[in-house]
Amino acid sequence: MAEKIPKSLNEIQTEVIATDLLIIGGGNAGCFAAYEAKTKNPSLRVTIMEKAHISRSGATAAGMDAINTFIRTDKGETPEKLVKWSRAQVGGGPIREDLALSNAELLNETVELLEEWGLPIVKDEDGHYKLRGRWDISIQGEQLKPIMAEKAMEVGAQVFNRVVATNLLMDGDRCVGAMGFGVRDGKFYVFHSKATIVSTGGACGIYKSPVTDYSGAHHQTWMCPFNVGTGYAIGIRGAAEMTSMEQRWIAIRTKDFCGPVDTISVAFGCMITNAKGERVMEVRYKDVGGDKAARFYRLNAPMTEWLEGRGPTYVDTTILSSEEAKDLREDLLNERPSFVLFLASRGHDITKEPVEIYGSDPYIVGGHTGSGYWVDMKRMTTVPGLFAAGETAGGNPNKFVGGCAVEGRLSARGAVDYIEKTTLPPLDTKQVEKEKERVFAPFIRGPEFDGVNPMEMEERMQRLMDEYAGGIHQFYRMNEERLDHALKNIKMLQDQTKYLYAKDIHSLMSAHEVSDRLDVAEVLVHHLKYRKETRWPGWQTRMDYPEVDPDMDCFVESVRDPKTGEIKIFKRPFKQLIPGDRTKA
Amino acid sequence: MPPKVDREKCDGCKAEKESLCEQICPGDLMTLAEDKKAYCRMPRDCWDCMSCIKACPKGALETRIPYQLGYHVAKLIPMMGTNTITWTCIDINGKVERFQYINRGMLD
Repeated sequence: MAEKIPKSLNEIQTEVIATDLLIIGGGNAGCFAAYEAKTKNPSLRVTIMEKAHISRSGATAAGMDAINTFIRTDKGETPEKLVKWSRAQVGGGPIREDLALSNAELLNETVELLEEWGLPIVKDEDGHYKLRGRWDISIQGEQLKPIMAEKAMEVGAQVFNRVVATNLLMDGDRCVGAMGFGVRDGKFYVFHSKATIVSTGGACGIYKSPVTDYSGAHHQTWMCPFNVGTGYAIGIRGAAEMTSMEQRWIAIRTKDFCGPVDTISVAFGCMITNAKGERVMEVRYKDVGGDKAARFYRLNAPMTEWLEGRGPTYVDTTILSSEEAKDLREDLLNERPSFVLFLASRGHDITKEPVEIYGSDPYIVGGHTGSGYWVDMKRMTTVPGLFAAGETAGGNPNKFVGGCAVEGRLSARGAVDYIEKTTLPPLDTKQVEKEKERVFAPFIRGPEFDGVNPMEMEERMQRLMDEYAGGIHQFYRMNEERLDHALKNIKMLQDQTKYLYAKDIHSLMSAHEVSDRLDVAEVLVHHLKYRKETRWPGWQTRMDYPEVDPDMDCFVESVRDPKTGEIKIFKRPFKQLIPGDRTKA
Repeated sequence: MPPKVDREKCDGCKAEKESLCEQICPGDLMTLAEDKKAYCRMPRDCWDCMSCIKACPKGALETRIPYQLGYHVAKLIPMMGTNTITWTCIDINGKVERFQYINRGMLD
């Protein structure tokens, strides 16, 4: 559509929407939050603020081929066992076992809801959900996102598509909504709400992707590149406490085109091999579990093979029959269809040649690892009135699709209880005007402004983080001096956001995306600096502190002072609720 | 790696206020040019999720692998049915494969 660049703020219309519950981000967790809130109390006004279109937004836009966690009680599995496994997957933690247990207890009925809504879940001969690993079940999830979105609309959530969140709306220390702008209509939006759930998804694009350089395919990433960490950034700027940001999610992926590896290795039994044909995990990593080792080992091991001269690395698909190879590609079509196209573009018969694997760029995704808001059992953050769900909620890793949906429901229950005890204070118009000015500043500067375009700044930041804060091109390794260099330059970039200009509303969105990513990157580097040990090799490798430090068996936390911008870092103790060896599943 | 637009087939979704690819793209990348044909405003930023390909009522969009990553030319064409999806995949040697399965509803 034709866009007019406004010359002054007065030309920009402000929409104020009063509501009971605001959900920022209508992805998996957001849709489930809307469903739960409306089911608990149909008279509540529930509003979803969505950056894209909820039918195909966020991490599950392309679909999904599995739900990675389901508790087969008929096989003797229990919520406690799932939490034990989750803890082992992050090397024994620390994890929030209290959150994880309450999540696991609601997991199965939530997955069953998805089936009721129309998601095809594959069954075995006995009519149970068919396992493809210990916890994973196969789905034909090409329509997963539209199914969830339709349910959110059906229960009566009011959806604002194409509205980007830029900051929380505060009443003193309490969150009373959020502000943002419309990428289609160019309006400034103020959502004034009794409670707010932040469920934007995590942060991709803080680091350079390994494919970026040579194809112009800047978004050849595993995580959704449109999830830029806004959910974390608004909380960081709003003085919310963040936890475990240093526990980065980095996965081993298919090389040159970021496709899933677990689908190939876990579901189809194709193991990791190196150039010499050795079974890498069995030969060198037997002591940490071999092919069943925690995920960071399964990332770090093949990358170490490359470093030590035994690359390339593969998943050995040559064990598959042509029928199995077709089934595998059908699974891939449900989650990452373009990877099937990639194989076709190489004329690659996977039964004859193995599939090459390599590490991804690092992501901050609390649905996978522990990064995100510190929350209480109601899923309220340390900011009253603000709840977190999905990838933004910290301390509880390995949630994936099923667990993030559960968190949506649990955060809605917490928010509904909170709403009953509260009223909406008057709108702080001064704060609204100040944010409007900040939001549209790159636009008002206009396309002729002698400044910086968002893409240039993004690429500068991504290279900085890649080289100095443990990206893929440095095999995820880092040390104190490099982190200091990263931090110094992040501060420079943050200061230079005042030179950002936007030529249209899309690039206004990009300007805010890079600013948000910088705020997440800054906190991330502080966390990486504080953990002076190597607890999760690959995810967090400190070359200057290569061993585990028993004193760091705790959560690393941070709060940014909104007045000074100073970031305070501190510890919280780990509480073990489920007894036993923490590194054993 | 933006979707390739067949400008003969694309009619800009005349009946819609916004073309379906513009409505659905999770990255706000698809839009209409002045001549009302779809294009990708930031080719480098496409995630290859294929949401626009599935949404296009004219079959005018196609995801392509950039030459730096894959050889010329492979195709993957989804066809959306009622509760089913059918994919046709053609590799660089001309080998055609079809995948058809249920994407909505309960499985036995």
